[in-house]
Amino acid sequence: MSYIIGHTNNNIPIVTTNLNILDLLGAIKVRWSIFRSNYKVKPGLYAIGNPDKNSDVLVSANYKLSFDHLRKNLIGINAWILVIDTKGINVWCAAGKGTFGTKELISKIQDFSIDKIVEHKRIIVPQLGAVGVSAHEVKNATGFNVKYGPVRATDLKAFLSNNYKADKKMRTVFFSFKDRLILTPVEFVGHFKYFVFLLAAIFILSCFKNAIFNVDFAFSYFLTPFFNLTASYITGTIITPLLLPFIPFRNFSFKGITLAIIFSFILLLTNQMGNSILEIISFFFLNIAITSFTAMNFTGASTFTSLSGVKKEMKIAIPIQIILFVLGFVIWTITRFI
Amino acid sequence: MGLTYLKNVSTLELDVNKCTGCLMCVFVCPHNVFEITNKKSQIVNKDFCMECGACQKNCPENAIKVTTGVGCAGGIILGYIKGTAPDCGCDGSSECC
Repeated sequence: MSYIIGHTNNNIPIVTTNLNILDLLGAIKVRWSIFRSNYKVKPGLYAIGNPDKNSDVLVSANYKLSFDHLRKNLIGINAWILVIDTKGINVWCAAGKGTFGTKELISKIQDFSIDKIVEHKRIIVPQLGAVGVSAHEVKNATGFNVKYGPVRATDLKAFLSNNYKADKKMRTVFFSFKDRLILTPVEFVGHFKYFVFLLAAIFILSCFKNAIFNVDFAFSYFLTPFFNLTASYITGTIITPLLLPFIPFRNFSFKGITLAIIFSFILLLTNQMGNSILEIISFFFLNIAITSFTAMNFTGASTFTSLSGVKKEMKIAIPIQIILFVLGFVIWTITRFI
Repeated sequence: MGLTYLKNVSTLELDVNKCTGCLMCVFVCPHNVFEITNKKSQIVNKDFCMECGACQKNCPENAIKVTTGVGCAGGIILGYIKGTAPDCGCDGSSECC
Protein backbone atom coordinates (compact mmCIF):
# COMPACT_ATOMS: atom_id res chain seq x y z
CA MET A 1 0.00 0.00 0.00
CA SER A 2 1.58 3.27 -1.14
CA TYR A 3 0.17 5.15 1.83
CA ILE A 4 2.09 3.02 4.35
CA ILE A 5 5.55 4.49 4.89
CA GLY A 6 6.84 2.41 7.78
CA HIS A 7 5.96 0.61 10.99
CA THR A 8 6.08 1.51 14.66
CA ASN A 9 7.98 -0.58 17.22
CA ASN A 10 4.97 -2.77 17.78
CA ASN A 11 4.40 -3.21 14.07
CA ILE A 12 1.56 -0.74 13.55
CA PRO A 13 1.63 0.66 10.01
CA ILE A 14 2.49 4.34 9.74
CA VAL A 15 0.61 6.21 7.02
CA THR A 16 1.57 9.39 5.25
CA THR A 17 -0.53 12.55 5.13
CA ASN A 18 0.38 12.94 1.47
CA LEU A 19 -2.01 11.95 -1.25
CA ASN A 20 -0.15 10.78 -4.35
CA ILE A 21 -1.31 10.61 -7.96
CA LEU A 22 -2.84 7.14 -7.45
CA ASP A 23 -4.90 8.43 -4.54
CA LEU A 24 -6.11 11.40 -6.60
CA LEU A 25 -6.97 9.24 -9.61
CA GLY A 26 -8.71 6.79 -7.31
CA ALA A 27 -10.84 9.60 -5.89
CA ILE A 28 -11.87 10.76 -9.37
CA LYS A 29 -12.62 7.18 -10.35
CA VAL A 30 -15.02 6.53 -7.48
CA ARG A 31 -16.68 9.91 -7.93
CA TRP A 32 -17.62 8.59 -11.39
CA SER A 33 -18.97 5.44 -9.78
CA ILE A 34 -16.24 3.17 -11.22
CA PHE A 35 -15.67 0.21 -8.86
CA ARG A 36 -17.00 2.39 -6.13
CA SER A 37 -17.86 -0.62 -3.99
CA ASN A 38 -14.30 -1.95 -4.02
CA TYR A 39 -12.26 1.03 -2.85
CA LYS A 40 -11.24 -0.10 0.59
CA VAL A 41 -8.60 0.13 3.26
CA LYS A 42 -7.87 -2.86 5.48
CA PRO A 43 -9.56 -2.30 8.85
CA GLY A 44 -7.19 -1.97 11.79
CA LEU A 45 -4.91 0.39 13.66
CA TYR A 46 -2.68 2.86 11.86
CA ALA A 47 -0.32 5.62 12.99
CA ILE A 48 0.09 9.17 11.71
CA GLY A 49 3.31 10.98 12.58
CA ASN A 50 4.85 9.65 15.77
CA PRO A 51 1.99 8.88 18.20
CA ASP A 52 2.48 7.70 21.77
CA LYS A 53 0.36 6.72 24.75
CA ASN A 54 -1.07 10.22 25.01
CA SER A 55 -2.01 10.69 21.39
CA ASP A 56 -5.62 10.73 20.27
CA VAL A 57 -7.40 7.84 18.58
CA LEU A 58 -9.39 8.92 15.51
CA VAL A 59 -11.96 6.53 14.07
CA SER A 60 -12.44 6.15 10.32
CA ALA A 61 -14.55 4.13 7.90
CA ASN A 62 -12.64 1.74 5.63
CA TYR A 63 -13.79 3.48 2.44
CA LYS A 64 -10.48 4.66 1.03
CA LEU A 65 -11.91 8.05 0.04
CA SER A 66 -12.87 8.65 3.71
CA PHE A 67 -9.48 7.41 4.91
CA ASP A 68 -7.53 9.55 2.45
CA HIS A 69 -9.63 12.60 3.30
CA LEU A 70 -8.92 12.09 6.98
CA ARG A 71 -5.15 11.56 6.71
CA LYS A 72 -4.58 14.49 4.39
CA ASN A 73 -6.03 16.77 7.08
CA LEU A 74 -3.63 15.52 9.75
CA ILE A 75 -0.40 17.17 8.62
CA GLY A 76 1.78 17.78 11.63
CA ILE A 77 -0.42 15.71 13.95
CA ASN A 78 0.62 12.62 15.88
CA ALA A 79 -2.36 10.32 16.23
CA TRP A 80 -3.69 6.81 15.96
CA ILE A 81 -6.29 6.02 13.30
CA LEU A 82 -8.63 3.15 14.05
CA VAL A 83 -10.20 2.04 10.78
CA ILE A 84 -13.37 0.05 11.40
CA ASP A 85 -14.96 -2.28 8.88
CA THR A 86 -17.75 -0.46 7.08
CA LYS A 87 -17.52 -2.75 4.02
CA GLY A 88 -15.92 0.03 2.00
CA ILE A 89 -18.76 2.48 2.59
CA ASN A 90 -18.32 6.07 3.78
CA VAL A 91 -19.07 7.15 7.36
CA TRP A 92 -22.53 8.68 6.98
CA CYS A 93 -24.04 6.03 4.71
CA ALA A 94 -22.52 3.21 6.78
CA ALA A 95 -23.74 4.80 10.01
CA GLY A 96 -27.24 4.97 8.57
CA LYS A 97 -27.08 1.26 7.75
CA GLY A 98 -25.61 0.42 11.16
CA THR A 99 -22.28 -0.84 9.80
CA PHE A 100 -20.42 2.20 11.15
CA GLY A 101 -21.97 1.15 14.40
CA THR A 102 -21.69 0.58 18.11
CA LYS A 103 -20.98 -3.16 17.83
CA GLU A 104 -18.28 -2.75 15.18
CA LEU A 105 -16.56 0.07 17.07
CA ILE A 106 -16.58 -1.86 20.35
CA SER A 107 -15.24 -4.91 18.57
CA LYS A 108 -12.35 -3.01 16.98
CA ILE A 109 -11.48 -1.22 20.24
CA GLN A 110 -11.23 -4.64 21.87
CA ASP A 111 -9.55 -6.49 18.97
CA PHE A 112 -6.77 -3.92 18.72
CA SER A 113 -6.41 -3.46 22.48
CA ILE A 114 -6.72 0.29 22.31
CA ASP A 115 -6.62 0.35 26.12
CA LYS A 116 -3.01 -0.88 25.85
CA ILE A 117 -2.09 1.55 23.08
CA VAL A 118 -3.11 4.75 24.91
CA GLU A 119 -3.24 5.73 28.58
CA HIS A 120 -6.25 8.03 28.27
CA LYS A 121 -9.88 7.10 27.65
CA ARG A 122 -10.78 9.33 24.71
CA ILE A 123 -11.81 8.14 21.28
CA ILE A 124 -12.70 10.62 18.55
CA VAL A 125 -15.53 9.58 16.24
CA PRO A 126 -16.63 11.70 13.24
CA GLN A 127 -19.93 13.38 14.09
CA LEU A 128 -21.75 11.77 11.16
CA GLY A 129 -20.90 8.41 12.73
CA ALA A 130 -23.28 9.29 15.59
CA VAL A 131 -26.11 7.99 13.41
CA GLY A 132 -24.81 4.47 14.03
CA VAL A 133 -22.80 4.78 17.24
CA SER A 134 -24.24 5.05 20.72
CA ALA A 135 -21.62 6.86 22.79
CA HIS A 136 -22.95 5.71 26.16
CA GLU A 137 -23.03 2.06 25.04
CA VAL A 138 -19.41 2.28 23.83
CA LYS A 139 -18.43 3.70 27.22
CA ASN A 140 -20.21 0.94 29.11
CA ALA A 141 -18.58 -1.78 27.04
CA THR A 142 -15.03 -0.42 26.71
CA GLY A 143 -14.59 2.43 29.19
CA PHE A 144 -13.75 4.75 26.31
CA ASN A 145 -15.44 8.14 26.09
CA VAL A 146 -16.59 8.89 22.57
CA LYS A 147 -15.97 12.49 21.65
CA TYR A 148 -17.73 13.42 18.43
CA GLY A 149 -15.40 15.32 16.15
CA PRO A 150 -16.43 17.96 13.62
CA VAL A 151 -18.48 17.08 10.55
CA ARG A 152 -15.63 17.99 8.18
CA ALA A 153 -12.11 16.64 8.61
CA THR A 154 -10.81 20.06 7.58
CA ASP A 155 -11.92 21.29 11.02
CA LEU A 156 -10.18 18.45 12.89
CA LYS A 157 -6.97 20.28 13.72
CA ALA A 158 -8.90 23.18 15.21
CA PHE A 159 -11.07 20.72 17.14
CA LEU A 160 -8.07 18.87 18.57
CA SER A 161 -6.25 22.00 19.65
CA ASN A 162 -9.40 23.51 21.16
CA ASN A 163 -9.89 20.87 23.83
CA TYR A 164 -12.20 18.80 21.64
CA LYS A 165 -14.75 21.58 21.29
CA ALA A 166 -16.52 22.04 18.00
CA ASP A 167 -18.46 25.23 17.39
CA LYS A 168 -21.93 25.36 15.84
CA LYS A 169 -20.61 25.74 12.30
CA MET A 170 -18.29 22.73 12.68
CA ARG A 171 -21.31 20.68 13.80
CA THR A 172 -23.55 21.71 10.92
CA VAL A 173 -23.85 19.88 7.61
CA PHE A 174 -24.14 22.17 4.62
CA PHE A 175 -24.80 21.43 0.97
CA SER A 176 -22.82 23.94 -1.04
CA PHE A 177 -22.64 24.23 -4.81
CA LYS A 178 -19.32 22.40 -4.75
CA ASP A 179 -20.78 19.64 -2.57
CA ARG A 180 -23.62 19.20 -5.05
CA LEU A 181 -21.34 19.38 -8.09
CA ILE A 182 -19.13 16.53 -6.84
CA LEU A 183 -22.20 14.30 -6.58
CA THR A 184 -23.49 14.84 -10.12
CA PRO A 185 -21.24 12.33 -11.95
CA VAL A 186 -22.64 9.46 -9.87
CA GLU A 187 -26.19 10.69 -10.55
CA PHE A 188 -25.45 10.87 -14.28
CA VAL A 189 -23.78 7.45 -14.42
CA GLY A 190 -26.29 5.84 -12.08
CA HIS A 191 -29.25 5.60 -14.45
CA PHE A 192 -27.22 5.78 -17.65
CA LYS A 193 -27.92 2.27 -18.85
CA TYR A 194 -31.69 2.77 -18.55
CA PHE A 195 -31.35 6.03 -20.44
CA VAL A 196 -29.42 4.36 -23.27
CA PHE A 197 -31.98 1.56 -23.38
CA LEU A 198 -34.76 4.14 -23.73
CA LEU A 199 -32.86 5.94 -26.50
CA ALA A 200 -32.39 2.63 -28.30
CA ALA A 201 -36.09 1.83 -28.05
CA ILE A 202 -36.97 5.27 -29.38
CA PHE A 203 -34.48 4.85 -32.23
CA ILE A 204 -36.02 1.57 -33.30
CA LEU A 205 -39.53 3.02 -33.13
CA SER A 206 -38.26 6.03 -35.10
CA CYS A 207 -37.79 3.65 -38.01
CA PHE A 208 -41.55 3.79 -38.37
CA LYS A 209 -43.04 6.69 -40.31
CA ASN A 210 -46.60 6.69 -41.58
CA ALA A 211 -46.65 3.05 -40.48
CA ILE A 212 -43.79 2.11 -42.82
CA PHE A 213 -40.56 0.64 -41.38
CA ASN A 214 -37.31 2.00 -42.76
CA VAL A 215 -34.06 2.61 -40.91
CA ASP A 216 -33.49 5.78 -42.99
CA PHE A 217 -36.49 7.37 -41.30
CA ALA A 218 -34.76 7.00 -37.94
CA PHE A 219 -31.54 8.55 -39.15
CA SER A 220 -33.29 11.63 -40.45
CA TYR A 221 -35.63 12.05 -37.53
CA PHE A 222 -33.78 10.79 -34.46
CA LEU A 223 -32.17 14.09 -33.50
CA THR A 224 -35.49 15.41 -32.20
CA PRO A 225 -36.19 12.71 -29.61
CA PHE A 226 -32.48 12.61 -28.85
CA PHE A 227 -32.42 16.32 -27.93
CA ASN A 228 -35.53 16.03 -25.81
CA LEU A 229 -34.55 12.92 -23.90
CA THR A 230 -30.94 13.99 -23.41
CA ALA A 231 -32.06 17.43 -22.20
CA SER A 232 -34.38 15.67 -19.75
CA TYR A 233 -31.67 13.37 -18.47
CA ILE A 234 -29.08 16.10 -18.05
CA THR A 235 -31.57 18.47 -16.44
CA GLY A 236 -32.64 15.81 -13.96
CA THR A 237 -29.23 14.42 -13.05
CA ILE A 238 -27.02 17.51 -13.29
CA ILE A 239 -28.84 20.83 -13.64
CA THR A 240 -31.45 20.25 -10.91
CA PRO A 241 -28.80 19.27 -8.34
CA LEU A 242 -26.62 22.24 -9.26
CA LEU A 243 -29.43 24.78 -9.07
CA LEU A 244 -31.22 23.04 -6.20
CA PRO A 245 -31.76 25.94 -3.77
CA PHE A 246 -32.78 28.34 -6.54
CA ILE A 247 -35.59 26.27 -8.03
CA PRO A 248 -39.11 26.72 -6.59
CA PHE A 249 -40.87 23.96 -4.59
CA ARG A 250 -39.45 21.86 -1.78
CA ASN A 251 -40.11 18.54 -3.50
CA PHE A 252 -37.22 17.50 -5.72
CA SER A 253 -39.68 15.98 -8.20
CA PHE A 254 -41.47 19.33 -8.57
CA LYS A 255 -38.17 21.12 -9.03
CA GLY A 256 -37.58 18.68 -11.90
CA ILE A 257 -41.02 19.37 -13.36
CA THR A 258 -40.36 23.13 -13.23
CA LEU A 259 -37.07 22.89 -15.12
CA ALA A 260 -38.57 20.40 -17.58
CA ILE A 261 -41.36 22.81 -18.50
CA ILE A 262 -38.83 25.60 -18.95
CA PHE A 263 -36.45 23.74 -21.23
CA SER A 264 -39.32 22.14 -23.12
CA PHE A 265 -40.64 25.57 -24.02
CA ILE A 266 -37.15 26.52 -25.16
CA LEU A 267 -37.02 23.41 -27.34
CA LEU A 268 -40.48 24.26 -28.66
CA LEU A 269 -39.45 27.79 -29.58
CA THR A 270 -36.36 26.46 -31.37
CA ASN A 271 -38.42 23.91 -33.26
CA GLN A 272 -36.90 20.86 -31.65
CA MET A 273 -40.12 19.17 -30.64
CA GLY A 274 -41.25 17.74 -33.94
CA ASN A 275 -44.01 18.72 -36.30
CA SER A 276 -47.42 17.80 -34.97
CA ILE A 277 -49.33 18.86 -31.89
CA LEU A 278 -49.46 15.25 -30.73
CA GLU A 279 -45.70 14.94 -31.00
CA ILE A 280 -45.16 18.15 -29.05
CA ILE A 281 -47.50 17.01 -26.29
CA SER A 282 -45.80 13.64 -26.11
CA PHE A 283 -42.39 15.23 -25.67
CA PHE A 284 -43.67 17.57 -22.97
CA PHE A 285 -45.00 14.53 -21.09
CA LEU A 286 -41.82 12.48 -21.56
CA ASN A 287 -39.55 15.38 -20.62
CA ILE A 288 -41.49 16.12 -17.46
CA ALA A 289 -41.60 12.45 -16.44
CA ILE A 290 -37.90 11.75 -17.00
CA THR A 291 -36.60 15.01 -15.52
CA SER A 292 -38.89 14.72 -12.50
CA PHE A 293 -37.90 11.10 -11.81
CA THR A 294 -34.15 11.63 -12.09
CA ALA A 295 -34.35 14.85 -10.03
CA MET A 296 -36.33 13.00 -7.36
CA ASN A 297 -33.58 10.40 -7.13
CA PHE A 298 -31.17 13.08 -5.97
CA THR A 299 -32.90 12.88 -2.59
CA GLY A 300 -30.64 9.93 -1.87
CA ALA A 301 -27.50 12.01 -2.25
CA SER A 302 -28.73 15.15 -0.54
CA THR A 303 -27.90 16.07 3.05
CA PHE A 304 -31.24 17.32 4.26
CA THR A 305 -34.05 15.09 3.00
CA SER A 306 -35.89 12.82 5.42
CA LEU A 307 -37.53 9.43 4.95
CA SER A 308 -40.93 10.84 5.90
CA GLY A 309 -40.53 13.68 3.45
CA VAL A 310 -39.40 11.49 0.56
CA LYS A 311 -42.27 9.06 1.15
CA LYS A 312 -44.73 11.95 1.09
CA GLU A 313 -43.15 13.37 -2.03
CA MET A 314 -43.25 10.02 -3.82
CA LYS A 315 -46.95 9.48 -3.12
CA ILE A 316 -47.71 12.33 -5.48
CA ALA A 317 -44.68 12.23 -7.76
CA ILE A 318 -44.55 8.56 -8.76
CA PRO A 319 -48.12 8.39 -10.12
CA ILE A 320 -47.54 11.62 -12.05
CA GLN A 321 -44.29 10.31 -13.50
CA ILE A 322 -45.75 6.94 -14.47
CA ILE A 323 -48.86 8.44 -16.08
CA LEU A 324 -46.94 11.10 -17.99
CA PHE A 325 -44.27 8.66 -19.13
CA VAL A 326 -46.76 6.07 -20.38
CA LEU A 327 -49.01 8.66 -22.01
CA GLY A 328 -46.03 10.40 -23.58
CA PHE A 329 -44.54 7.17 -24.90
CA VAL A 330 -47.83 5.87 -26.25
CA ILE A 331 -48.80 9.15 -27.92
CA TRP A 332 -45.35 9.51 -29.44
CA THR A 333 -45.45 5.95 -30.77
CA ILE A 334 -48.84 6.66 -32.29
CA THR A 335 -47.33 9.60 -34.20
CA ARG A 336 -45.06 7.11 -35.96
CA PHE A 337 -48.06 5.39 -37.43
CA ILE A 338 -50.35 8.19 -38.56
CA MET B 1 -36.60 27.52 -1.72
CA GLY B 2 -33.17 27.40 -0.15
CA LEU B 3 -31.98 24.11 1.25
CA THR B 4 -34.94 23.02 3.32
CA TYR B 5 -37.20 20.09 2.61
CA LEU B 6 -40.89 19.42 3.25
CA LYS B 7 -42.58 21.00 6.26
CA ASN B 8 -44.38 19.18 9.07
CA VAL B 9 -43.29 15.68 8.10
CA SER B 10 -40.63 14.87 10.71
CA THR B 11 -41.51 12.06 13.14
CA LEU B 12 -39.15 13.54 15.77
CA GLU B 13 -40.44 13.52 19.35
CA LEU B 14 -38.76 14.65 22.57
CA ASP B 15 -39.90 13.67 26.07
CA VAL B 16 -38.71 16.65 28.06
CA ASN B 17 -39.45 14.93 31.37
CA LYS B 18 -36.72 12.37 30.72
CA CYS B 19 -34.21 14.97 29.55
CA THR B 20 -31.21 15.67 31.79
CA GLY B 21 -29.70 18.39 29.62
CA CYS B 22 -26.60 16.30 28.81
CA LEU B 23 -26.20 18.12 25.46
CA MET B 24 -25.58 14.97 23.38
CA CYS B 25 -28.48 15.71 21.01
CA VAL B 26 -27.05 19.19 20.40
CA PHE B 27 -23.57 17.73 19.73
CA VAL B 28 -24.67 15.08 17.24
CA CYS B 29 -27.45 16.79 15.28
CA PRO B 30 -26.21 17.86 11.83
CA HIS B 31 -28.90 20.52 11.42
CA ASN B 32 -29.19 22.35 14.76
CA VAL B 33 -32.63 20.96 15.52
CA PHE B 34 -32.11 21.13 19.29
CA GLU B 35 -31.18 23.84 21.75
CA ILE B 36 -30.64 23.58 25.50
CA THR B 37 -32.51 26.11 27.63
CA ASN B 38 -32.62 25.93 31.43
CA LYS B 39 -30.85 22.57 31.42
CA LYS B 40 -33.47 20.98 29.14
CA SER B 41 -33.35 20.27 25.46
CA GLN B 42 -36.01 21.54 23.12
CA ILE B 43 -36.75 21.13 19.43
CA VAL B 44 -36.27 24.53 17.80
CA ASN B 45 -35.96 23.63 14.10
CA LYS B 46 -38.20 20.61 13.58
CA ASP B 47 -38.45 21.16 9.81
CA PHE B 48 -34.64 20.89 9.51
CA CYS B 49 -34.79 17.36 10.90
CA MET B 50 -33.72 14.72 8.39
CA GLU B 51 -34.60 11.78 10.68
CA CYS B 52 -31.01 10.49 10.70
CA GLY B 53 -31.52 9.21 14.25
CA ALA B 54 -28.19 10.34 15.71
CA CYS B 55 -30.04 12.07 18.56
CA GLN B 56 -32.12 9.00 19.42
CA LYS B 57 -29.01 6.82 19.27
CA ASN B 58 -27.05 9.01 21.65
CA CYS B 59 -29.65 10.04 24.20
CA PRO B 60 -28.73 8.08 27.32
CA GLU B 61 -32.22 8.66 28.78
CA ASN B 62 -34.16 7.43 25.71
CA ALA B 63 -35.97 10.75 25.67
CA ILE B 64 -35.98 11.01 21.87
CA LYS B 65 -38.00 9.04 19.35
CA VAL B 66 -37.77 9.32 15.59
CA THR B 67 -38.53 6.97 12.72
CA THR B 68 -35.27 6.55 10.83
CA GLY B 69 -34.54 4.91 7.51
CA VAL B 70 -33.04 5.43 4.08
CA GLY B 71 -34.33 8.84 2.94
CA CYS B 72 -33.79 8.12 -0.70
CA ALA B 73 -36.36 7.73 -3.46
CA GLY B 74 -34.24 5.09 -5.18
CA GLY B 75 -33.90 3.16 -1.94
CA ILE B 76 -37.64 3.22 -1.32
CA ILE B 77 -38.31 1.96 -4.85
CA LEU B 78 -35.69 -0.77 -4.48
CA GLY B 79 -37.16 -1.82 -1.15
CA TYR B 80 -40.63 -1.91 -2.68
CA ILE B 81 -39.40 -4.12 -5.55
CA LYS B 82 -37.53 -6.46 -3.21
CA GLY B 83 -40.36 -6.54 -0.72
CA THR B 84 -38.20 -5.21 2.11
CA ALA B 85 -37.83 -1.96 4.03
CA PRO B 86 -36.32 0.90 2.02
CA ASP B 87 -32.89 -0.31 0.97
CA CYS B 88 -30.11 1.48 -0.87
CA GLY B 89 -27.95 -1.63 -1.04
CA CYS B 90 -25.19 0.17 0.85
CA ASP B 91 -24.65 -2.40 3.57
CA GLY B 92 -21.93 -3.95 1.47
CA SER B 93 -23.86 -7.05 0.46
CA SER B 94 -24.61 -5.74 -2.99
CA GLU B 95 -23.80 -2.87 -5.27
CA CYS B 96 -24.53 0.49 -3.73
CA CYS B 97 -27.18 2.46 -5.63
